[in-house]
Amino acid sequence: MAGITATQLVKEYPGGVRGVDEVDVEIRDGEFFALLGPSGCGKTTLLRSIAGLEAITSGSLVIGDRDVTNAEPGVRGVAMVFQDYALFPHMDVGDNIAYPLRIKRVKRDERRGTAAKVADGLSLQGLIERRPGQLSGGQQQRVALARAVATRPDVLLLDEPLSNLDARLRLEARTFLKELQRDLGVTTVFVTHDQAEALALADRIAVMRAGKLQQIGTPREVFQRPNNTFVAGFIGSNPMNLLPAQVRESRLAVGDATVSLPPGTEQLVREGQDVVWGIRPEYVRWVTAEEAGAIPAEVSVVENLGASVLIVVNAGDRKLQVAVPEDQEPAPGDRGWIVPQLSKTLLFDAETTERIG
Amino acid sequence: MTATPAKTGPVTSVARNRTVRQYVARVLFAVLMTLVGVLFALPMVWLVLAPFDATPTLSLEWPDWTLDNFARLAENPYALRSIGNSLILGVGTMVIVVGLGALAAYAMSRIRIPGRDGILYALLLLSSIVTGTAAMVPTFQIITQLGLINNYVGVLLVLAGGILPTVIFILKDFMDSIPKSYEESARLYGAGPFRILRDVVAPIARPGLAFISIWTIVQVWGNFLVPFILLRSPDLQPAAVLMYTFYTESGQADLRLISTFALLFSAPVLIIYFVVNRRYGFRFHGGIKS
Repeated sequence: MAGITATQLVKEYPGGVRGVDEVDVEIRDGEFFALLGPSGCGKTTLLRSIAGLEAITSGSLVIGDRDVTNAEPGVRGVAMVFQDYALFPHMDVGDNIAYPLRIKRVKRDERRGTAAKVADGLSLQGLIERRPGQLSGGQQQRVALARAVATRPDVLLLDEPLSNLDARLRLEARTFLKELQRDLGVTTVFVTHDQAEALALADRIAVMRAGKLQQIGTPREVFQRPNNTFVAGFIGSNPMNLLPAQVRESRLAVGDATVSLPPGTEQLVREGQDVVWGIRPEYVRWVTAEEAGAIPAEVSVVENLGASVLIVVNAGDRKLQVAVPEDQEPAPGDRGWIVPQLSKTLLFDAETTERIG
Repeated sequence: MTATPAKTGPVTSVARNRTVRQYVARVLFAVLMTLVGVLFALPMVWLVLAPFDATPTLSLEWPDWTLDNFARLAENPYALRSIGNSLILGVGTMVIVVGLGALAAYAMSRIRIPGRDGILYALLLLSSIVTGTAAMVPTFQIITQLGLINNYVGVLLVLAGGILPTVIFILKDFMDSIPKSYEESARLYGAGPFRILRDVVAPIARPGLAFISIWTIVQVWGNFLVPFILLRSPDLQPAAVLMYTFYTESGQADLRLISTFALLFSAPVLIIYFVVNRRYGFRFHGGIKS
């Protein structure tokens, strides 16, 4: 078991493109840690740098109490599950799981014994003799996991572990992964582009963009207090409403409407400052009678989400998304008012995109 | 509905005409193809029948059955030995070519070198010169300088050198199709490059390796020029060269010996093909990614 500390980690490709750009991150022992970001943000490169599959350009990487910046992948005590699982097609399940032990020159009987034990733990009984090609996607994933944990690694790395499974299986596998990680207590880093997956699984999340870290925090922290507009827009199943606004007389002018400043930000802004006002669709109410703090609006699009409805409203010249309970569903063209929940509103600097409060 | 019966008459007769025309066309096509097939089959039939004929000629005729030709061939001191020599050369070249070819193809497939494809194409083009007629004088001189005339090492070097580029070219394609994640996975568990090649890459590229092995043996088996120039002693000659010596005292081609020897000459290649095909099989394990 070991924690991971990356200091000023840089991975530069030939041509000067930085896949990972001065990343500082400390992953604690036994933590379930998510690297989250859109495709091409460097999250997989960072994972592969931790594994040792990418040479680190500068900075340092410590796993446990050993500096492994330039160490070979095989001596880092890490195991990795690849996105395509990378199961060897010419070996049966047992040999696949036991392959790491074969490299460590463990005897064949002992190897098969360990493989069978690990396979049992991952409910792969009776599949030991099968070839990977004869397994379902979920089974293949469990074989890949079994192979990774068979050597009792210090660190387990998962590259998009759920992306090759179909939607229903993915939820099952998610629960399964979380249980497995808790049982083994192994430090686990996984890469995903799905914010819901990261929120559901991880103890802490690092949000990345263009090789740079945007924020590290618990799922609750990145959801409630995003560091900047990028994180605010990326986290959440419905992206946060981010509207350009201006500070005027200790209030906020959003288009034609004015709203109160988020609580506690009065001292942090100056008159006339350009800001971005953020509010999640879930924290806006749709009402049909005017009340204090309400902004008049007209419904333009209605999207059914099952238990709730996502409506797009035009408030003056601004567009907002509002999540409405299913029994209050309005029709396109309806006029009414939207009421933001003030304590949940956020303010970002329009220039730096950093959160003000 | 009333118009339908009136229409069916001409429609069916047109349809019948079309089927008849199609039928005739197919018969004609089949006859033509049979003739072409027979044309190609004639030499094969000669190859099988002539050795059993007491007086074979260059024309195809029902043999005057006898096994004398085989007895005569067995009396020839060099005939059977030359088949063995061919085997030594073929298998030797195969071992060199598959061993070095697999290593080189793996490296070529995985390491980025500027102008890599250019190098491969250039090698491929030049290789046809090495075992070809044009380079025979320089090849002979080099081998003489090396003191390897009348020595299998010299023949093996030249044959392997000529075949390797094609082998690397073909094997690289096989290895390109193996997902990198297989090797990276093995690397994470501490496997070195040779270990990865042996445990992961070679088993997956096995159909390619099997094909290359057979192809190399066939190439060497049929090669006349290189051993003819580089070997002196008759007891070192491979079968392809020995066949060249089967003349009667009057300088006529000895068709009895040649036909019998030709049959023996073609047998091992066929046997090797079937054995390798059975043992290794031309199956391919693809990647798993869905």
